[in-house]
Amino acid sequence: MSFLTLTSLQKSFGPVQVVKDFNMSIEKGEFISFLGPSGCGKTTVLRMIAGFETPSGGAITIDGRSQQNLRPNQRNIGMVFQAYALFPNMNVAENVAFGLKVAGRPKAEIDARVKEMLGLIKLDHLADRYPYQMSGGQQQRVALARALAPKPQVLLLDEPLSALDAKIRVSLREEIRQIQQQLGITTVFVTHDQEEALSISDRIVVMNAGKADQIGKPADIYNRPATRFVANFVGTLNLIEAKVVDPAANRVSIGDQGVTLREPLGNAKAGDTVSLALRPEAGSTAPDARGDTALTGEVVSSNFLGSVIRTRMKVGDSIISFDMFNSPGLVPPTVGETVTLRFTAGDLLVIRD
Amino acid sequence: MRKFWAWGALIFGMLYFILPLLGMTNFSLKMRRGVYSLDAYAVVLGDPRFQATFTYSILMALATIVFGVLLVVPTAYWVRLKLPGLRPYIEFVTLLPLVIPAIVIVFGYIRLYNTSSWLPLTGSITGTNILLMFGYATLALPYMYRSVDTGLRSIDIATLTEAAQSLGAGWTTILARIILPNVLVAVLSGAFLTFAIVIGEFTMAALLNRPAFGPYMQLLGANRAYEPAALAVMSFALTWGCLGLIQLVSRFQKGAQSAT
Amino acid sequence: MSSDSSAAPPPARAPFRLPLHWLGAAPFAIFVLLFLIMPTMRIVVGAFQTPDGSFTLDNIRGLFTTSILSAYWISIKISIASALLGCLIGFSVASAVVLGGLPKWIRGPLLTFSGVASNFAGVPLAFAFLATLGPVGLITVFLKSQLGIDLRALGFNILSFWGLTITYLFFQIPLMILIITPALDGLKREWREAAQILGATNAQYWRMVAFPILLPSFLGTLALLFANAFGAVATAIALTGSSLSIVPILLFAQIRGDVLGNPHLGYALAFGMIVVTGIANTIYIWLRARSERWLK
Repeated sequence: MSFLTLTSLQKSFGPVQVVKDFNMSIEKGEFISFLGPSGCGKTTVLRMIAGFETPSGGAITIDGRSQQNLRPNQRNIGMVFQAYALFPNMNVAENVAFGLKVAGRPKAEIDARVKEMLGLIKLDHLADRYPYQMSGGQQQRVALARALAPKPQVLLLDEPLSALDAKIRVSLREEIRQIQQQLGITTVFVTHDQEEALSISDRIVVMNAGKADQIGKPADIYNRPATRFVANFVGTLNLIEAKVVDPAANRVSIGDQGVTLREPLGNAKAGDTVSLALRPEAGSTAPDARGDTALTGEVVSSNFLGSVIRTRMKVGDSIISFDMFNSPGLVPPTVGETVTLRFTAGDLLVIRD
Repeated sequence: MRKFWAWGALIFGMLYFILPLLGMTNFSLKMRRGVYSLDAYAVVLGDPRFQATFTYSILMALATIVFGVLLVVPTAYWVRLKLPGLRPYIEFVTLLPLVIPAIVIVFGYIRLYNTSSWLPLTGSITGTNILLMFGYATLALPYMYRSVDTGLRSIDIATLTEAAQSLGAGWTTILARIILPNVLVAVLSGAFLTFAIVIGEFTMAALLNRPAFGPYMQLLGANRAYEPAALAVMSFALTWGCLGLIQLVSRFQKGAQSAT
Repeated sequence: MSSDSSAAPPPARAPFRLPLHWLGAAPFAIFVLLFLIMPTMRIVVGAFQTPDGSFTLDNIRGLFTTSILSAYWISIKISIASALLGCLIGFSVASAVVLGGLPKWIRGPLLTFSGVASNFAGVPLAFAFLATLGPVGLITVFLKSQLGIDLRALGFNILSFWGLTITYLFFQIPLMILIITPALDGLKREWREAAQILGATNAQYWRMVAFPILLPSFLGTLALLFANAFGAVATAIALTGSSLSIVPILLFAQIRGDVLGNPHLGYALAFGMIVVTGIANTIYIWLRARSERWLK
């Protein structure tokens, strides 16, 4: 049995249904990310787990126990908010101690636990500071320590990095992941940033309009997007319009160039349009590039991005962009030049809408 | 349950404010025995002293507003533009009239500007009127200054000034044609508040022996029964009108801003 | 005055520019000096002077007589009572509207009304309460004729300590509502939620988080309301004439006709008022700075 299960979860605000039939099983110790644009219902699901919103339908169980009639303060859940939400009238140590204090733990135990938590987030030296005296990154680490201090069964992170600077965002997300693995705590992380989700999750739930479009490991989500929405939202996949030529042989045409796919086309008929996805790093135009498939097109633009050169070329009605690693000997393509991109047919994915 | 207490608190609060207003209105209508009438209002409005004192106070209020605007707008503008380091001190000074009771300030006036002093303002009627006007301007200073300063904060005066200067405008033109129109709503708010304060002010006018509306009301209150209630109703309507106008102009400004 | 278009090099012109900058603030400075600072200083200095101008503490010592001390004491009591009740009632009303789940449209009219009511002080306010709670006032008559309750027989008199306190509350409560509503708005939803998810009950949240956060604003407003009531002259005079001996009324009578028989004792009386309101306002400013620091 999974540790945290969400079954047919639904939520409506008036006539608007923001969460539709959401199902999810999370194992103990797993790090799950809810990824999606704002308004997709990811935060609402999180707030239902916390108990701040009452589901319109469905069930939530944690460790086999139904959460239906439990108020937030009875659920033993830790939560970190986007805006830190540290209590401004308490210093760092008092903030971290809050959960233990309201639970009536003995003072010695509280002191020891606070010390342990401040060590965990490496802020021992700031125990006497007040929130207004600290940077955003420090405040959010304190918020994490505060959430973890009462040893919650589940940790919920509601866009905890969105309010921070880019650099701190990266270092703090690594720290969160490391602490999560060290404690082995079941964690649900809500974000709209795909890079964040890909870099720290065990599994990702890509949410769209109140439903889970795809649930899977980061690599699967990135490499094999199940829907057009996922393909669009995660990464910088090329979406290419192709015309079915021979469904039985998996033959399609892109512009006037024929391509044979590895994947079956399903029940598509000749003349239908299908969407194909191609990762920008899948192919190469180098003379020694290998691959059983090739597309030739005219270069529209070529941008030097430091470690890679991103080139966009026009094939039929589609624009395909591809990345090449920069090296001193590489001559970037020039605009107007005709180039041939080689890749393996297996890199072309058929996207369902 | 929470809603029950919330409604309870609100209704208690409302009763506290409505009952006295009801009481004074009711009382003001009962001058003629047995029936409601507007007799009290007729008596008050027909009293030549009412007309004289009310006119006097309105004139004083207008004078105070003009003086206050001429004093506060250029100062607030100049301080924001050229002397930003001075702002905390100016702000502190403008709050002083809230700390020092009006009766103490006017006591100081009487001792400082009496007939035997270096500036014998209380020696003549005109002098005393001017002194009273300065006193009112002092009382209104916290409201006027804060209102104008907030108004100035919302516009970029440095850029506006430079733009005007580059087009050849002098200081007077900048203040009158550029700055004042841009903070007009703030100035009007301050002006209406000043008006509401001055029109019923009692302490300063009474101690400087000027025939203002406040002392007249007090005198009437000590000698009559129904007329004071009628006066209270009229003052309340006047206060309500001034504050209502502030709401109206600030809403008008919001509308104008969202329209641009 | 050197004009800006003069060809003088910048180093030579700089010394002339600084005073010109300061000249812009001069009219304001002169006005404030003449009609706010100097009159007040005159009172403060006068409180420590004999009629012939030499230094003395006799005037201050003169305050410590039974009648003057009792006037201060009544003034302070009325101010504390009306400030405390004003804070409590105003807080209840404001929190009912902000946190009590009342309809949202109530808020705008309430704040507008509070703005008007907090400015409706002075002589007319006294008339309104006389017409309501005076001997033939609306409530007095209603209670007597309809419910058989005789306020006068119960010891209530509008021209008394409680009468004045109740009257002052009419502007004290709205002032509290105006000041505390933004503070209540400043209580973030996340604080409540963070407390809940950490296991706190509603009562624990209020005791450990919300109340301590509001306390500086609350105490600060208390000090402001205190000063507000302490300096109020017109309402008191119009309501009670000279029957209630509070400091502002005593000072008023002293300025009018030297009832204390010593002009310099009047200075001391006024100086005492400045000291009391000054202390109250210092507390207000200090506490307010503290709560703003927290909430920024």
